[in-house]
Order: sequence, then structure tokens, then C-alpha cells
Amino acid sequence: MSDAMADVIIVGGGPSGVAAAIELRARGVGHVVLLDREPELGGATRHCAHSPFGMREFGRVYLGAAYGRRLEAEAARAGVDVRTRHSVVRFEDGRHEDGRLDVTSPRGIETLSARRILIATGARETPRSARLISGDRPIGIVTTGTLQSYVAFHGLMPFRRPVIVGSELVSLSAILTCLTHGARPVAMVEPGPHPLAGQPFSWFPALAGIPFHRGAELVDIRGTSRVENVTLRLRDGTVQDIACDGVLLTGRFMPESALFRQSDIGVDAGSTGPAIDQDGRSLDPRIFASGNLLRAVETGGWAFREGRAVGRAIAEDLARDADAGAPIPVTFDAPVKLVVPSLLRRDANATPAFRDFQLRMLRRARGRLSLELDGREVWAAERTWMPERRILVPLPPAAVEAGTVHFRFRETA
Amino acid sequence: MLRTHAPSLDETFDIAVIGAGVVGCAVARRFALAGAKVIVIEKGSDILSGASKANSAILHTGFDAPQGSLELELIKAGRAEYLAIRDSLSLPLVTTGALVCAWNEAEARKLDAILAQGRENGIAELRALSGAQARATMPGLSERLVAAIEVAGEHVIDPWSAPLAYLTQAVALGARLLREAEILAGTFDGEWTLATTAGEVRAHAVVNAAGLYGDVVDQRLGFAPEFEIRPRKGQFVVLDKAAFAHVPRIVLPVPTEITKGVVVCPTAFGNVLVGPTAEEQQDRTRTTVETSELEALLKRGAEIVPALAGMPVTAVYAGLRPATESKAYRVFSRPARRAITLGGIRSTGLSAALGLAQHAERLHAGFGHAFTAPGPAPEVTLPNLAETRERDWQRPEHGEIVCHCELVTKREIEAAFESAVPPGDFGGLRRRTRAGMGRCQGFYCNARLAEMTRGRLSTPLAADDGDEA
Repeated sequence: MSDAMADVIIVGGGPSGVAAAIELRARGVGHVVLLDREPELGGATRHCAHSPFGMREFGRVYLGAAYGRRLEAEAARAGVDVRTRHSVVRFEDGRHEDGRLDVTSPRGIETLSARRILIATGARETPRSARLISGDRPIGIVTTGTLQSYVAFHGLMPFRRPVIVGSELVSLSAILTCLTHGARPVAMVEPGPHPLAGQPFSWFPALAGIPFHRGAELVDIRGTSRVENVTLRLRDGTVQDIACDGVLLTGRFMPESALFRQSDIGVDAGSTGPAIDQDGRSLDPRIFASGNLLRAVETGGWAFREGRAVGRAIAEDLARDADAGAPIPVTFDAPVKLVVPSLLRRDANATPAFRDFQLRMLRRARGRLSLELDGREVWAAERTWMPERRILVPLPPAAVEAGTVHFRFRETA
Repeated sequence: MLRTHAPSLDETFDIAVIGAGVVGCAVARRFALAGAKVIVIEKGSDILSGASKANSAILHTGFDAPQGSLELELIKAGRAEYLAIRDSLSLPLVTTGALVCAWNEAEARKLDAILAQGRENGIAELRALSGAQARATMPGLSERLVAAIEVAGEHVIDPWSAPLAYLTQAVALGARLLREAEILAGTFDGEWTLATTAGEVRAHAVVNAAGLYGDVVDQRLGFAPEFEIRPRKGQFVVLDKAAFAHVPRIVLPVPTEITKGVVVCPTAFGNVLVGPTAEEQQDRTRTTVETSELEALLKRGAEIVPALAGMPVTAVYAGLRPATESKAYRVFSRPARRAITLGGIRSTGLSAALGLAQHAERLHAGFGHAFTAPGPAPEVTLPNLAETRERDWQRPEHGEIVCHCELVTKREIEAAFESAVPPGDFGGLRRRTRAGMGRCQGFYCNARLAEMTRGRLSTPLAADDGDEA
């Protein structure tokens, strides 16, 4: 019999973590603890002022903090033990029967244990440093999440005349945040040949009167204390200096997977989130993961449904209390960037949490994508595949019985 | 707002230290301990805003310093004093040791000379190792390693808390810090009158520790040019804390005639550093990073420690070393005008700073100006930022975790602003607390910090707060 503090500890109170917590309680799991390091639940939705959340899960639309409050109310109603201002520092090492976490809160540090742990720490944007962008390092270079936190939590703005880098959906949200809070973007830059957001969203910069440079690159940032100007290398090779007081780096989300990266479990090379099996189990079968931590980046609604599915899987796993078996890896050819789940376990739950493989491409590629089980093709599709778009391939029941599971890609000219 | 230490014009200081880099901070401490009335005059909005803000954080032994040089003598003296005082100032020491690594036969042939020089320099605990022996002490090293020399005494320290502790101790003894004060001119009429952008300062003696502007300040003090600063830029990449487990030791290259080469080393904060580059430039202010150089550093790091391939980048930075036309330190004493210049402290300033301070005190002893009797050294306890010791987040009542990546507490940030040497700009706050220094680089905490620092920094984080309309 386990002497763990809780049945399940969930780390991260965004849509995915809260959905899992509610689902676990609904399925009769006794003590479900939900930890979040912020003072309120909601995760990234708290500062996303322009994205509507909640239509699929709650049947109505919420903006920003209102969605977090609804999550809080739902968690309370379900009897979830919610603990905010709790930061998980690390998985505790050692071969305990239970999963253990070192946690700091205003009370100091403590070790919490549970029979199962779910990590749902979401994703964040890639900062300037990790993008290796050239130039000075003055004040005024921020990501969309930071900009939105300035506005949503503190009524501040980090700049008035930024240059925006990127053209994902979040980039358009960034434009809206600027325009509604007294900032006037002076240019928008996308290194690729096409905006990453599809139409009609991609028409938006032009409608807002913001010069949009495709195939252009930010090659220098200047400023002694605050950003003063930047240099762009345009598609035709010419360079252009633009006066501005900030640089807004948008998109290029990456999983917030530090807990895994700093443990023996590690991360998946493709997604840079933890590798999980069809139930959401990581390489350590006591530890599960769900939501945007698995792969950057999906909508809040998607993360909510994923959390609910993994919550159900954890409830079943607790009830079964049996070894799910050794994981086999799901492999793939370039330019496939990632596949989730990237592990399969033969003796896992009767009904998997993930009914589809999710794939993404590194770049735009034309060709035939196929799924092979033990070298035998069971699914294929041929088309032009776009980068950073979700690709779903049904996860066939036979896959968990296979010795090798491989996504093959044959590029056509 | 920041000039809270504005000097009164009728006061004459014993010592005016020009420049609050690591050398200036150590000099201020040394003279304050000796009973001198000290003022530190700094051009930037915070201390450590020039060469001292960007280095590799290694406490060197001097094993490869030129034989018989002042640099060697002062590295050894500075290192010894750091080891002697670090406990009383609660400063960390990460006992890593270093490996000078030869990656081919040509480099391996140079190791004998390095070993001989190290022994002649009086450095104990040097060992010649085969590639396999070296890898046994650090399994993460590439199998391509041919041979190495182990230098057991090379260690890693916190490069910002150390000088801050020196200056904090000086301030506790009555020293003053004048920021945003550039030296415009100096005249000597038995006493120095220094014209600065923040007013006039009078002092019996001056110590020029102006780093990248050492030659300029000498000229403004009216001295004939003895040396010329030729800034040498070094770019660095800081890798994620996950890299730390693979790099328990300092990995040094075999130096060439041109450069000391790229170092891979752990930091006191639990990251891994790869750098620096060595690029000569004219400009004394621009410390740009460049994509191509950063990519080359990442590639080189992964060649040395293969597990670093694909490791996420936490931070990138660049610093300027105050190199001159000569490799030697450019130290000048002018007893007739009671002036000391500590110039050209190229790349060993962090290790030699306390030694340079001792040296300056010795030179000053010949000037014939005595100080009041020194009091006892005040106790100074700085907040610990090193991962090897207890951090504030591990203690109760810390208020709130503000920076989640580096686990910086609200209590630490408030303490920095209430300290004897509060931060003047955001870089200074980062160096004192590590807020915003982690893997997300402020994605989560930058807005909170903008709120917490309103009206307290020379350049605010938010637009429209203070310096702009």
C-alpha cells in the first residue's frame, strides 16, 4: 500500500492540467493535488487577451483571466486540492515507489509525493538569446507572452514603436495588443517566403497599415540602453535600417520541459518535450505529461481535451496498477520534425488517451508520408505539407503490437 | 535619482578611485580597510558596467601567465586573498579544477612547455594526463582528446557578487560611490581636483582603474599617453542548466600565438559557458553578439563535449577586454602627483583584482600621505546566488518566486534595492539577483519586474516610465 501524500499531483494549472484534475475527480480518484506557480489558474490563457477560450469545453467564450476564473471554479466544484504559488523545482531522484517532487512555496521547501504525477507545464516562446540574433542587447526586446503580461497584469507597455518578428497566429494577436494599447508597430518581418498563419489572418498586417517583409531577416539590433533601431536584410538582398524602440519576437514556441530535461528522463529530440506513450506516460511510468508541453503549440481547447484524455488514462492506470511494459520508440524520416506520442507500450490501458499520432514538419515539403508497422504500410497520404501545421494520423490498434513503428517520407520534386 | 552619494564640495577624500569595475571595487575596499576616506567615481549607471560585466568567471592560478611578470605575481596574490576572505564575505568557490586539453598531436607537443612554465610559475598540483586519464576525470569530454594537463587549483566563482562584496565592505567603512560621473579633467595642485559630469571631487590621490577607458582617463588627468586601449571583444554562449552535469571541470584549450581560445566551463549558477571569441575592434562601447560567431561557439562546444550538441541556449553575451599594444599589465605610479594607473588588465582582472589592490596600496605608501587609523573590517554578507549553497527560495517567508527559471524571490529583489550598493540599471539588478537570467530570459517575469522596478532604474523596463515622454 502506498503511503504517498496524494493519489495524483498535477503540475501546471492551465487548460490541460485543470481538465485532467477534473476528469480524475469525476472518475473517483480521491486526492488530486493541482500545483501552479502563479497566484491564479489559467496558465498562458491568463495573458492571451485576444484568443477566445472555452467554446468546446464550456459552451461559451471567455477572454483572458475570465477563462482562468472558470477553470478555478470548475476545479473547486470537482473537489481538486488546488495549491497556487507552488513552484516545482525538480523530480526527486531515487527509486521510490511513488513519484516525488521538490516544491518551493512562500512557506519554504517541501517534498510532495503521489502515486502518479502529471506534468502540464505548457510552452513558451523562444527568447532572443536562443534565436542567436545579432546585435546589441538593450532593453525593449521581448516576446509576445511578455508583452501581453505587461498589458494584462500591470497596465504597462514595453515599447511604443516595435518591429515585429514572425507571422504565426500569435503574431497577429501581438499586433492587436499593440494597436489597442497605444503602440504602433513600424514593421513586421517573416524570414520564410510565406506568412506562417493562413489566410485570412495573413492579410491583417496590410489592413492595419504595417509594412510586412516576407523572406526578410533581422540582422542587427542597435541601442545603448533601449532599442534605437534595427537592420533588416530584405528578400532582394538589400538592407534597410528602421528606427524603433523595441523588438517583438513572436511565436517559435517551445515546450517548457526543464523538469524533464534536468532529470534522468530527458526530452524527445524532435518535440523537445518529454517522450510519452499512447496513454501520456513518460519513460518513467509514474510520470505522465499532457498539453503544450508535449509539442508546441496547440490551442487552449486542444490542450484541455488532451488533459481530459490523459486524466482518464491516469485514473485507469491507477485502477489497473499493472506494468505497462517496455516502451518502443516511434521513428520518422526528415523533414518530419516530431511525432506525439513517440513511444508505444504493449501492455498499456485498454483504450489509449491518444487516438491519433500528431506530426509536424520542419519545413514546407511535397511528398508521400506513410506509416509502417514492422515494415508494412498501413496508412499513407501525398500532398504539400506545411511547417508548423498539425498533421493527424490515426493510431491503429495494431501499432502497439508492432516491433517497429516508422513514419516514412518520400519527397517528390 | 541615482546620485544619492553626491559629494559635498568642501570634503577632500584620501583616495579617488576612477572606475567601479572589479579592480576599482577591490582597490576601494583595500584603501577603506587601511583607514582611507575613499570615493569611487563611475561613468555608468551601475558598477561593473564595462569589461567586468562579461568574463568567464574563472579564478586563475596563473599557471600560464608570463614568467616573472607583475601579472603572475598579482594573480597569485589576488587568488590567495580571495580564498582567505571568501568565507567572511560569504562568496562561493566551485572547486572544479581545469584541464588544458590537446586535441591533436601538434597541440600535445606544446603541453610539456605549458607544464614546465606552470611549475616555474610556482603552481603546485599540475599533472600531465593521457587522453584516457583526463576523460576518467571528466567522462563528457570527446574521445578525440589526445592528452591534457590538469590544473587542480583553477576554480569558478561568482564574478559579480565578488566585486559587489568588495565595494559593499568599502561602503560599510564609509566609502562613497558616485555613479553616472564621467571624468572630464583633473588638475593637481598638491591635491587633485577632478571635474566630473556629476560635479567636482577633491582628493589627495587618484587610482585610475577605468578599464576600457584607462588611456583616456590618464590623458584627462594630464598624463602623457603611456599605453593605448585596443578593445578585444569576446562573445559567449550560456547553455541550459541541463548541460551542467556534463561539464564538471573547466576545459581550457592549448593557447595559440593569437588567442587563448575557447573555454568550456561550468558557472557558479549551474549553467555551462562556451567562449570567448577574440575580436579586435575600435569601438569601446558596442558589445554586439553575432549569429555566425555564436553558431561557431555552439559547434566548438559540442566538439569538446559531445553531449552539448542540441543543448538549449539560455543566454548570449559579449564583453570587451581592455587589451593594449602589450600583453603586460600597464601599471604606472607617479608619486609626485600621487596618481596610480592600473591599466591594460586584459583578461585576468577577476583573479588579480585583490592583488592589484594590494599593489596599489604598496605604491601609495611611498606617496607620504597617511590615513587615519583603520578600524576593524566590517562584516558583509551578500545574498548567495550560487547553486552550490543554500538559496533564498529554500527558506520560508520569501514572499514570492518572481523569476521562476532562476528561482529568484521577491525578498531577494527587495533586498537588492535596500542594500548599501543598490542596482542602478536592469543589468545591475540581474547581476545582483539573477532575475531574468534563466532559460526563458524574462518571458514569465519581465513584466512583473517592470512593475517592481518602476522609478528605480536609470532605464526603465516599461516605455513611458520616467525617461521618456
